[in-house]
Amino acid sequence: MAFRAAVITFPGSNCDRDMAVAIEQASGTAPIRVWHGDASLPEGLDFIALPGGFSYGDYLRSGAMAANSPIMQSVVEAAGKGVPVLGVCNGFQILTESGLLPGALMRNASQNYICRTIPLRVENAQTVFTRSYAEGEEIAIPIAHHDGNYFAASDVLDRLEGDGRVAFRYSNNPNGSQQDIAGIINAQGNVLGMMPHPERAFEQAHGGTDGRRLFDSVIAGMIAA
Amino acid sequence: MKIRVLVQLKPGVLDPQGRAVHHSLEGLGFEGVNEVRIGRTIDLDVADGTSDAALDDMCKKLLANMVIEDYAIQKLDQVEPA
Repeated sequence: MAFRAAVITFPGSNCDRDMAVAIEQASGTAPIRVWHGDASLPEGLDFIALPGGFSYGDYLRSGAMAANSPIMQSVVEAAGKGVPVLGVCNGFQILTESGLLPGALMRNASQNYICRTIPLRVENAQTVFTRSYAEGEEIAIPIAHHDGNYFAASDVLDRLEGDGRVAFRYSNNPNGSQQDIAGIINAQGNVLGMMPHPERAFEQAHGGTDGRRLFDSVIAGMIAA
Repeated sequence: MKIRVLVQLKPGVLDPQGRAVHHSLEGLGFEGVNEVRIGRTIDLDVADGTSDAALDDMCKKLLANMVIEDYAIQKLDQVEPA
């Protein structure tokens, strides 16, 4: 059975094509491209990806406008039904703004836009997105963001830590994120938001392939199911 | 009806932008500045009779991010002209 994925494009998304190429290479099937203004998602999806970029020019707050665009209602519904949802960079910001993930992504503590490949620790290798990694493994994935400084109230942080919902942690915190958090999952375990770009570390020509196993994890899970 | 919404980071949430501006003020030789916090002003022109509840809803759903920000609503028509 073909892997049925959707990549959502918002006005200002700029990593949607990279995301689509990564999904197609990993699964053998090109994902369906969905526009932010579409009223609903295609039926029977195995995976939804919210790509990076600067949706709506980051007006008001990064991800705030996109979180309220027509298609997001369908994404929230699909997430509620257990469809795996990945948000990368601006996609992570959209997931927090839409309430699918807790917390917020604030301006980097340094005030600088940071674009470089950084070491990342896989904190939880039991998730649908990370089971092709080893627990505690260090991987190299590029970041490229201005607003990646993860913030949440202390009780929320305690819950995230206690429930093993921190999926990835920075080895050298680049942006001031609380507890070096680079990526978190929701309570159900089917929504992952992360600032680093796995689709940019997918093939040898990218300089590293550590991001590929994230896509392999999701696809292997769907085929096994 | 003219409405002004002031959005501010919650107390205790680090404001790196404010800190950088504070640093620059000190660099310019201004003394006695204890803290700088930067927020956002959003002016709305809404239909007369728009309820306070509706305005609150606008703030909570979009204009402010309640995880990190507080907001205050001012009704400009009720402010005495300067």
